Amino acid sequence: MELDARCPTGDIEKRWDRHRFELKLVNPANKRKFEVIVVGTGLAGAAAAATLGELGYKVKAFCYQDSPRRAHSIAAQGGINAAKNYQNDGDSVFRLFYDTVKGGDFRARESNVYRLAQVSVNIIDQAVAQGVPFAREYGGLLDNRSFGGAQVSRTFYARGQTGQQLLLGAYSALSRMIAAGKVDMYNRHEMLDVIVDDGRARGIVTRDLVSGKIEAWTADAVCLCTGGYGNVFFLSTNAMGCNVTASWRAHKRGALFANPCYTQIHPTCIPPAGEYQSKLTLMSESLRNDGRVWVPKSASDSGKDPRSVPEKERDYFLERMYPAFGNLVPRDIASRAAKRMCDDGLGVGPMVGDKRLGVYLDFADAIKRDGKKIILEKYGNLFEMYQRITGDDPCEVPMRIYPASHYTMGGLWVDYDLMSTIDGLFVLGEANFSDHGANRLGASALMQGLADGYFVIPYTLGHYLATKGKNPLGADSTVAKSAVKEVEKGIAKLIDIGQKGSTHPDEIHRQLGTLMYDKCGMGRNAKGLKEGLALIPELRERFWKDVQILGSGGELNTMLEKAGRIADFLELAELMCHDALTRDESCGAHFREEHVQEDGEARRDDENFAHVAAWEHTGDHAAPKRHVEKLDFEYVKLSQRSYK
Amino acid sequence: MSDDTIDLRLHVWRQRGPGDEGRFADYSKYAKRISTHASFLEMLDVVNERLAADGERPIAFDHDCREGICGMCGAVINGVPHGHRTLTTTCQLHMREFQNGAEVFVEPFRATAFPVIEDLMVDRSSFDTIVQAGGYVSVRTGAAPDANEIPVPKQIADRAMDAAACIGCGACVAACPNASASLFLSAKLAHLNLLPQGQPERYRRTRAMLAAHDDAGFGGCTNHRECEAACPKGISTDFIARMNRDVIVASLTDKDGNLI
Repeated sequence: MELDARCPTGDIEKRWDRHRFELKLVNPANKRKFEVIVVGTGLAGAAAAATLGELGYKVKAFCYQDSPRRAHSIAAQGGINAAKNYQNDGDSVFRLFYDTVKGGDFRARESNVYRLAQVSVNIIDQAVAQGVPFAREYGGLLDNRSFGGAQVSRTFYARGQTGQQLLLGAYSALSRMIAAGKVDMYNRHEMLDVIVDDGRARGIVTRDLVSGKIEAWTADAVCLCTGGYGNVFFLSTNAMGCNVTASWRAHKRGALFANPCYTQIHPTCIPPAGEYQSKLTLMSESLRNDGRVWVPKSASDSGKDPRSVPEKERDYFLERMYPAFGNLVPRDIASRAAKRMCDDGLGVGPMVGDKRLGVYLDFADAIKRDGKKIILEKYGNLFEMYQRITGDDPCEVPMRIYPASHYTMGGLWVDYDLMSTIDGLFVLGEANFSDHGANRLGASALMQGLADGYFVIPYTLGHYLATKGKNPLGADSTVAKSAVKEVEKGIAKLIDIGQKGSTHPDEIHRQLGTLMYDKCGMGRNAKGLKEGLALIPELRERFWKDVQILGSGGELNTMLEKAGRIADFLELAELMCHDALTRDESCGAHFREEHVQEDGEARRDDENFAHVAAWEHTGDHAAPKRHVEKLDFEYVKLSQRSYK
Repeated sequence: MSDDTIDLRLHVWRQRGPGDEGRFADYSKYAKRISTHASFLEMLDVVNERLAADGERPIAFDHDCREGICGMCGAVINGVPHGHRTLTTTCQLHMREFQNGAEVFVEPFRATAFPVIEDLMVDRSSFDTIVQAGGYVSVRTGAAPDANEIPVPKQIADRAMDAAACIGCGACVAACPNASASLFLSAKLAHLNLLPQGQPERYRRTRAMLAAHDDAGFGGCTNHRECEAACPKGISTDFIARMNRDVIVASLTDKDGNLI
């Protein structure tokens, strides 16, 4: 298969403008004849559904939550980048583009990233016009901050709730279109398959999570805005319901899955406290500016009150291993070091299984130096959140932190128009792979979701529809009916196994998560990945023999929902290991322990791996097939990422 | 630390659907040795795993982000929406807040406008309907002026943000003796009615959203202020006073918001 991203060529500054001009338009009177399905109502989905509705298309939008306002974009705290240069500190579209390509460790497409930087400014305008209450200066103009080590202040924020406010903005626009009758909204519906006819995506099959009804919905195009797959690790900062099912079912229908091994693990999360732990909560990385990371030198001290461990018995391991950067080493390095300590039996906090999963982040010295008042001014809200969850006051007892899966850069492969390898199946936001390369920079996720939804898809989807023309396919067509039958069969199979099974779906998910953190987490090596590739099929087999599901398919059934999602995670996990094994280099968040520089940084292999790896599903028990899209760097010179 | 566990005398509301009359089930035997470090929802997860092991149907409850921001979770715990700890959603309530042997009653948010779907899961789509009636600024994608062309005084932006922090969980409705959604409604209104961007549609919005609120079956506000006490985000009833002022002006306008 030839992977053609169909990126425009020529001056990078003019590519998107020229491309937009070349895209065909749908006659305004004809727009209402075209139906579009949008799955997921986070930033990408809500923005897309609202905008396509405004343009006059007939839109159907679906989400699994009880309201479109709850999608997990809502949990993003930090902010959103835009190249406004309101601070006059030298920012520009080109600089944001440059930083993003470099931050992604040269594994993203230049054309896409440049477009992202270009439309970033429109996003802020749009959000402000909607009434998003961004932070302001006393003069009434917008405030910015520097975020994630950027050298310019280009991050817009709304207290610590930027994702919430941007999502509520997009949700308000969506609500307006629902009221206008342009968008039909279906809450508590989970997508379980794509209907593909004659090579084109023509609809989806959903399950009503309340009644259990399986239904086909047809349209002229489908947009998947269904987020990332971080929950493959079981414990992650994702919402409980986040899953890969929509993407995975599309993958099995012919959409290539790109760079599945690019997953971001965040170092400063609140650690698991017990086996019952259901998710992990992220705290801002800024904590490492003043906190010192340590574990006891001796495992015998790991269960003790940290205050009773004398100074000379403490190992400030980041300061010891990386004297130049100390506690401020990049995310991936900090995460790996913390995990290594815990694997070596030096972790702290409660026992989870046979290990203590946590390291101290100690503010005692900072409080001694600056006073409690100053420290609380900086981190008061984070300390409060930590205390609410753990019961400990970080001013009195050192915080405990542990890394957690946070964001996935990989996703369904899309071309410049955001179309997957299935005609008419578009993929937006975190669900696609396109803009972040091997590592996502802080405050870029919100930017990408909204860019795709507000400012890219309205043009590129129009072109697709204008080119293909109207060719109706009903929900009662043979292809739709057989897709429904297939989904029903899959559910019946699960229920059948589930009635006799005895292992709770969560238990299998937990085991998969532990396995993935171990074999395909923040550090990977060929040996571990091969072990993963042997162990995952065993776990999958156990799932298909012994998963427990009570109740039936024709009713509200949370165990069935979980089991269905885990079945897909179990397949994705294997693909992630294949991808991580084949990508025999380190880049960004993909850290192969065999490829390290002396200073601990990732060692890329541009000669052999400056490409996107996109995987084709070749059958349930067949090896996936790897395709390659070469990446060319005309504007950002390939260089070694260094934060020294 | 992992030995810090408690036993609960746990009673959970079970109701198979809106037509079922529902009842409390005593799950004390499933609620033993609960870690005090677990969140309330993780306690329910544990109970559900134990119920499943006995072949019992798990308790249905809504939840998603489990970090207090999505607004999807919510239960009345010992008579208080989201439990007794202030400024805390159900997912952020932790078991260390409970004594060993404590009797705990868990019920759904109850209101005519929030029909029970099953057990603790209720239908809050009436909140969406209120927003659809006017909780937006009518601005098409692409039609916005440069963001800094609309200066907003910092104190106004901060106040709007105070209101916009509402997570739409519905605790205010569950707490209100009248099952009024005035706190939710007024927060939505204040967020947009305070900002310059929201001025052109201010009174039209106020009329339409209030009408949608009443049509959905929510009661009126009679100043009990239970909502404010229950709100996990600390939304102030000052916004209800502000809404009432806008309602008075709106009552002097036609349906498009023009002064008569």
